[in-house]
Amino acid sequence: MERAHPIGGRLVTPFTTLLALLSLIALWVLAQRFVHGLGAVTHLNNGYPWGIWVVFDVVVVTGLACGGYVVAFSVYVANRFQYHPLVRPAMLASLLGYGLGGLGAVVDMGRYLNVYNIFLPWQMNFTSVMLEVALCVAIYILVLMVEASPAFLERFKLHRHKRKLERVMFLFIALGLVLPTMHQSSLGTLLVVLGNQIAPLWQSYELMPLLALLSAAIMGFSILLFEGFFSQLGFRRASEAPLLAAFARPLTWLLVVWLVVRFAELTLHGKLGDAFTPGGLAVAFWLETLLFALPLWVLVSPQRRRQAHLLLIAAVAMLLAGTVYRVNAFLIAYLPPAGYQYFPSATELLLTIGLVALKILVFILIVKRFPIISAPART
Amino acid sequence: MPYSTDCDESEGFEQSYRNIETRLQVSRRDFVKFCAGVAATLGLPASMAPRIAEAVEQRVEQAAKRPAVIWLSGQECTGCTESLLRSNHPTVERLIMDMISLDYHYVLAAAAGHQVNAAKKASMKENKGNYLLVVDGAVPTKDGGIYCKIAGKPFIEHVEEAAENAAAIISIGSCAAWGGIPSSGPNPTGAVGVGEVLPGKTVINVPGCPPNPYNFLSTVIHFLTLGTLPELDQYGRPTFAYGRLIHEHCERRAHFDAGRFAARFGDEGHRQGWCLYKLGCKGPETYANCPVILFGDVGSGSWPVGTGHPCFGCSEQGVGFTKATHELATVKTHTPPNAFPGTAEPRGQGSSVTAAALLAAAGGALLGATAAGALRLKRDESTASAQVDAHDRDEASRDHASRDQA
Amino acid sequence: MNRRDFLKGMAGGAGAVAAGGATTADARPNREPAPEAVAMLFDSTLCVGCKACVTNCKTVNGMPPEALADERLPLWDSAPGLSAKTLNVIQAYTDGSAEVKDREQDGFAFVKRNCMHCVDPGCVSVCPVSAMTKDGNNGIVYHDPDACIGCRYCVFACPYDVPKFDFESSYGTINKCQFCNQRGVERLDHGLLPGCVEACPTGATLFGTREEMLEEARRRLSLTPGSEYAYPRETLDAGLEVTSTVPAYYPTIYGEKEGGGTQVLHLSGVAFDKLGLPILPERSYASRSEGLLGTIYKGMFAPVALFAGMAWFARRNLQRQAETETQRADAHDDRG
Repeated sequence: MERAHPIGGRLVTPFTTLLALLSLIALWVLAQRFVHGLGAVTHLNNGYPWGIWVVFDVVVVTGLACGGYVVAFSVYVANRFQYHPLVRPAMLASLLGYGLGGLGAVVDMGRYLNVYNIFLPWQMNFTSVMLEVALCVAIYILVLMVEASPAFLERFKLHRHKRKLERVMFLFIALGLVLPTMHQSSLGTLLVVLGNQIAPLWQSYELMPLLALLSAAIMGFSILLFEGFFSQLGFRRASEAPLLAAFARPLTWLLVVWLVVRFAELTLHGKLGDAFTPGGLAVAFWLETLLFALPLWVLVSPQRRRQAHLLLIAAVAMLLAGTVYRVNAFLIAYLPPAGYQYFPSATELLLTIGLVALKILVFILIVKRFPIISAPART
Repeated sequence: MPYSTDCDESEGFEQSYRNIETRLQVSRRDFVKFCAGVAATLGLPASMAPRIAEAVEQRVEQAAKRPAVIWLSGQECTGCTESLLRSNHPTVERLIMDMISLDYHYVLAAAAGHQVNAAKKASMKENKGNYLLVVDGAVPTKDGGIYCKIAGKPFIEHVEEAAENAAAIISIGSCAAWGGIPSSGPNPTGAVGVGEVLPGKTVINVPGCPPNPYNFLSTVIHFLTLGTLPELDQYGRPTFAYGRLIHEHCERRAHFDAGRFAARFGDEGHRQGWCLYKLGCKGPETYANCPVILFGDVGSGSWPVGTGHPCFGCSEQGVGFTKATHELATVKTHTPPNAFPGTAEPRGQGSSVTAAALLAAAGGALLGATAAGALRLKRDESTASAQVDAHDRDEASRDHASRDQA
Repeated sequence: MNRRDFLKGMAGGAGAVAAGGATTADARPNREPAPEAVAMLFDSTLCVGCKACVTNCKTVNGMPPEALADERLPLWDSAPGLSAKTLNVIQAYTDGSAEVKDREQDGFAFVKRNCMHCVDPGCVSVCPVSAMTKDGNNGIVYHDPDACIGCRYCVFACPYDVPKFDFESSYGTINKCQFCNQRGVERLDHGLLPGCVEACPTGATLFGTREEMLEEARRRLSLTPGSEYAYPRETLDAGLEVTSTVPAYYPTIYGEKEGGGTQVLHLSGVAFDKLGLPILPERSYASRSEGLLGTIYKGMFAPVALFAGMAWFARRNLQRQAETETQRADAHDDRG
């Protein structure tokens, strides 16, 4: 197996400078939020208590950070060790993504000083889906730290610790599979209690956890493709396209299952008619469905899925599909109390953009100095 | 003595005022004040005061041409007359009596019996089409109206006869206006208001039990001054007096709005002067200007609610003498669109240009990067196609296995 | 593990989640009303829109005034709806010329909005830190700001648009009606009535036990429209009856069954959805959500089994991989 090496190179480039600038803007928004309150920087209101800071920064970003989850499953459970080179970058990206999600959640909390109550057993409310998500995400961040640690132990030459850790790593791997299964499915369960406040096209009650989990897996595989191709381009690595193309198979199945479950549920509950009722919801539904369905055109054909550029486009389409599905379910399909409207404010968006920029920045910086990426440099 | 500068101080006008001073025994100052008060009650601008003064003065001057007034009394208690007589401006009743020729009034006439009836008939004949008809008391209609007879003739016939050639008809008091006490259940005499027995005729209603005398005086003076009737509402009531709810001008309104109600007579809230709505005050459904002009010219608080008693809606048909005193009023002012939030008030902010641009920029960056990446990948593929072909002859997994071995 | 096993594993995992969903129908039925559940009965036909309840609520709870957003009343305390500063509000339904009270067409009707104190409340079900609690005895839904983390899941989940967060503050609080019995107010505990009930001059807002209120509501629905009825004020036995003409009621009691039942009941002359009250099924969404969660995590069996399975696979595969690598290294050495 190839060994991972630091990419090296200059840390300060025009691109990292841009990312740093965006992150600084987010920091400024963050300061405003803590000094003047949520209302000062966001357009949140009591009809839309959850805006993009929850729906994108937490719900979508943790979905996009499922690369570690699916790669761990593929390598350690499905025994496909040929993907092992992807483990380190995927774990790092997942750690950063979940860290960002956790940070986003805390930033969005109105009474952040009370956050410790989540961890006090006598305050816990075990009927709360939110509690389950919060605890699982918190523990999973710790697990991801352990899973991502070998690269750092290696870099600091702590080989003994690394070997010791490797002996119990299977436990963390198992935890790292159970926890995302739990909280990613629970992201769907979160919406069950909203009942008819979620439009019927998205409110599928008992199937919500399954759909959320499927979307997580789809986003997880897609982000591996996305990160793989952009690492190849950005860091001038040898092409990993053949390796990545193999993800087409699980993705094909996931997409087919997704479409079957989605349409079966809609048909069985007689809700499919809503998809043909002209209006914003129908447009949102078909946009989402097309984004899920179109990548199949690339994925089912052995010829097309070997073409890296088509695979990248398919990956982006699926990332958008998962994103659109989650934003649809949480915001677009949400029927607020009469009279309320919401559109994120500029500052709200700047924080989200800045946090994503920060994640990419930290990823680049770490990859340049720590042994994360195994693909050899392009000759 | 200086007085309102609005007045035309011509010599002739001065002279007429002096005339009034002697004839009516009112000071010029009091007279002008009275006229201004009448203008205010009528809701007329202050500039109308001199015009009223002029009209009244002209009537006084032309005493010979004073309009005749026929005052009929049916099922009544004389309270309206008493109230009118007790209007306290100096010698206002003298003013009225000198302005008009009260040719028939059952209570006030010096003569009685056939004599006064003859005077009435003579006046009606002489002033045909020019006299003012005032009615107090309800009109019984049951059994041919036999329950109120004057000079052997049912009251209803008197009313019909007098109304035929009247210049204007004024119903004073709730009984004449809409039936009042005599018409309240079970109404054994079939009592109704004057307007009901005079279909097709315009009847000015000045309801109240008794009505505020100034509402009646103002109506009369409006007619005398401008030669027209004041603006009337759908029930024939002058809108200057009956256009708004008692509730709207009530001095206790703030307590209503703040939710401070007296619950029982003599309780803490009652002693504090709180709103009497809970005790059955009918102010919220009774149209009258009582809280504005008050009664008896003795200053503030001189009206029912001011003294701590709930309004019982004497002037309002269907309220006074119909609803029990303790019964709750139907609040007529609190009907939308009186500043109530709807069930779907707009809240929250929509998109701004900056936010939309930021969102578009973020989406554009992603799509742009994807497009650029895809193009470069495609270029790389074509340059290295031979190599890719070699690698991709088989299944992806086998492909990797071979690469691992290599 | 070959590809088939891989797919089977994926399908099995998905199947487990789906099966969990299929069997939740009765996993957790609706909650029953608390033994001494208190309740408020709001009769829209009696409301005259005086807003005395709104004012007294603010006085009792120490809430600041709030203005309508538009130019209608920018100065007066007239909140557009419930908020962190307004726990009780009178809203109006209007249609067309809005001439007649309690009529749907060209009419208007008033509605009092405050916390419905659900029998099976969603906010209590979703609160991760037990900041929302339902009193086991009187059934009042209380909120504890000291526990609250401000996640606003309760705001999101409430079908009645009730819990409200103060976004204007740098460290906002969730606020909602607690029947004037929260810490520091405790009017019920002191034998007083909620502020709005005490202020209501017409008896439109009545307070008592949930059974009493349901009984009174049913009695009103059984009356003949146009007949006279002595409407009680404040409570059933306060002796403050006021006689009024019975209106034509909309024939159901809102809150008897809606969303598993509420402890604020509504009677009205117009359909309840006109008043902005949501149409809800009898089964509470909280029971559905909890039933689903409870089925998936029953005894933590599924997660533990999943963990064991995953750990076993990971361990076995890691060992096999290590062996393969050693063999390959040996082979490599041999060749070299």
